[in-house]
Amino acid sequence: MIDRTKPLVEMRDISISFGGIKAVDQVSIDLFPGEVVGLLGHNGAGKSTLIKCLSGAYQKDHGQILVNGEEVEINNPRDARDLNIETIYQTLALADNLDAASNLFLGREIKKRGIVDDAKMEAEARKIMGRLNPNFRKFNVPVSALSGGQRQSVAIARAVYFNAKILIMDEPTAALGPHETQMVAELIQELKAQGLGIFLIEHDIHNVMKLCDRASVMKNGQLVGTVDVKKVTDDDILAMIILGKKPSHLAA
Amino acid sequence: MSDQGLSDQSSVKRRSVIDTLEIDVRLLGMLMAFAAVAVVFTIWTGGTFVGPRNVFNIAVQTVPVGIMACGMVFVIVARHIDLSVGSMLAMCSAIMAMCQTAWLPTVFGTEFGNPAVLAATVVIGLAFGTLMGAVTGWLVGYQRIPSFIVTLGGLFVWRNVNWFTTNGQSVSLTDPNLLMFGGTEGVLGSTASWILGFVASAVAVWGIVASRRNKQSHGFIVKPVWAETVMAGLIVGVILFFVGWLSRYPIPAAKLKRLFEARGEVMPDGYTAMHGLPISVLILIAVGVLMTVVARKTTFGRYIFATGGNPDAAELSGINTRVLTVKIFALMGFLCALAALVAQARLQSHGNDIGMLEELRVIAAAVIGGTALAGGVGTIYGAILGALIMQSLQSGMAMVGVDTPFQNIVVGLVLIIAVWVDILYRKRLGLSK
Repeated sequence: MIDRTKPLVEMRDISISFGGIKAVDQVSIDLFPGEVVGLLGHNGAGKSTLIKCLSGAYQKDHGQILVNGEEVEINNPRDARDLNIETIYQTLALADNLDAASNLFLGREIKKRGIVDDAKMEAEARKIMGRLNPNFRKFNVPVSALSGGQRQSVAIARAVYFNAKILIMDEPTAALGPHETQMVAELIQELKAQGLGIFLIEHDIHNVMKLCDRASVMKNGQLVGTVDVKKVTDDDILAMIILGKKPSHLAA
Repeated sequence: MSDQGLSDQSSVKRRSVIDTLEIDVRLLGMLMAFAAVAVVFTIWTGGTFVGPRNVFNIAVQTVPVGIMACGMVFVIVARHIDLSVGSMLAMCSAIMAMCQTAWLPTVFGTEFGNPAVLAATVVIGLAFGTLMGAVTGWLVGYQRIPSFIVTLGGLFVWRNVNWFTTNGQSVSLTDPNLLMFGGTEGVLGSTASWILGFVASAVAVWGIVASRRNKQSHGFIVKPVWAETVMAGLIVGVILFFVGWLSRYPIPAAKLKRLFEARGEVMPDGYTAMHGLPISVLILIAVGVLMTVVARKTTFGRYIFATGGNPDAAELSGINTRVLTVKIFALMGFLCALAALVAQARLQSHGNDIGMLEELRVIAAAVIGGTALAGGVGTIYGAILGALIMQSLQSGMAMVGVDTPFQNIVVGLVLIIAVWVDILYRKRLGLSK
């Protein structure tokens, strides 16, 4: 299923510092179409910072980003969107005072003669939500009135609707119950089958073992290593996270 | 992702009349407050308060603050504040006063009363206002200086640049083309007012029908026909009542006689004419309608509300919040210039203290009208209604002989009470804790 011929994304030797502190230090990771790569590490290991370079929220100090083999400059979230990179942020990044459809289309509104076509956007929102979360009904209230799961599904719908090729998910199941987590897992499988590449930032080691093809572990801003999930045990990955080095039998 | 309890419950609950009409409860509250003010003062003044003459005056006096309050809604919704609007108004007024009386006539050699002078004056004034606002927006958006600081500085700077522009002198303004924007000197008369009233009613009804059709074409549930009809009837009723009322305010005979004499004619015996709609009020209505469309139906408006709701989300959604900030303040500056035009035309002069403390009235109008200082929430009609309520209160108190200091005390208290009631209301609805 994973097409290993040409990487979808390559991040090479990425470094970012904040006021002299190296948040990300010479990290290289890559992602192939149809693949889920897990990013693991303690809080503050640099996972989110690294991935925000790709989504355009931060700018790298050094290094290269290649999309489909071509070097790209991502200076802001608009650039990332133009490259079909969509992000589901840990905070969900929803405008609480707007309704679901307005959030879904924020920055990319459907217009008719220069005027925002709310009815059309609501109709489209109903379609995509019907696929992702058939029980979702609250289209005419601000998203602040929604539950955590409903808000999550709005954020996911926003990433999925616009034909993303590269999807970044920053702890998508952190605020969800078991049933909703299962729905996200199924969605990831479906998107994978469609040939999307997914970076998944995840703390739950069982989710990583279940959902990811490869796992890249970071510690203190540096890459500990990238492993094929099928060839390791969850203890191996935990050891990488805690000790900050690859287990000896993998360190070839 | 499977929460459904709430939505199912609410659809089962029987809907009240207000729910079915989809009237904003906050708007209803403000209208009731406005009605209460009107009733109290009508009784107190023995009916003079709601007489055509006083309604006309209140409407005209509301215009400058109302125009600026529309812009202030956008500024506050985007989590900023603009304390410099009164000084910007004075600055624009100074520029326009000097343009029409001194600069343009000498530079171009045009004579007094030439419409071209006023046209150029207005263009320059509006452009200058927009530029002042854009500079504020650049300092706030690109240089990240808090808007409170930038506009507090602007309050001092523009107030005093204004002083230097006119050398501290008042400028008397007599150009009849200018005075048209002031109120009593620029009215449509009853016939044109009625025509406009009917056209506006037709447009309102057409808007309701078009919006309903658009919703239906996407298969959404729409309000019952009776509810739409009631709403349309209310809107048309208000428009025509307002037009009809102002068309009952006669122009004084002496003034009519002067007008005829100015044209070299003799006024026929028993000739009367009515004021009808003042041009300045039409400007405010046009600004209100346009700003409402901008707020609700353009991406610009959508981004302002999104930024106010969650600045990070707006940024991450690819919205260029810096450019947006410049645009918001530039629009505010433009509206200050427009308000300056109306204000100086009404006063028939430019004085140093024009627009003094107006920033606080503008902010108060927006806040009384339901704009939340925390950002993300606010309506244009609310702000205009807020300005109208404040002006009605002041006008009413002045009529019954309340001293100016006490008038200001009441306005201050009303501001606090309005926000307090809003907080209580939101608590009861469970919108906030």
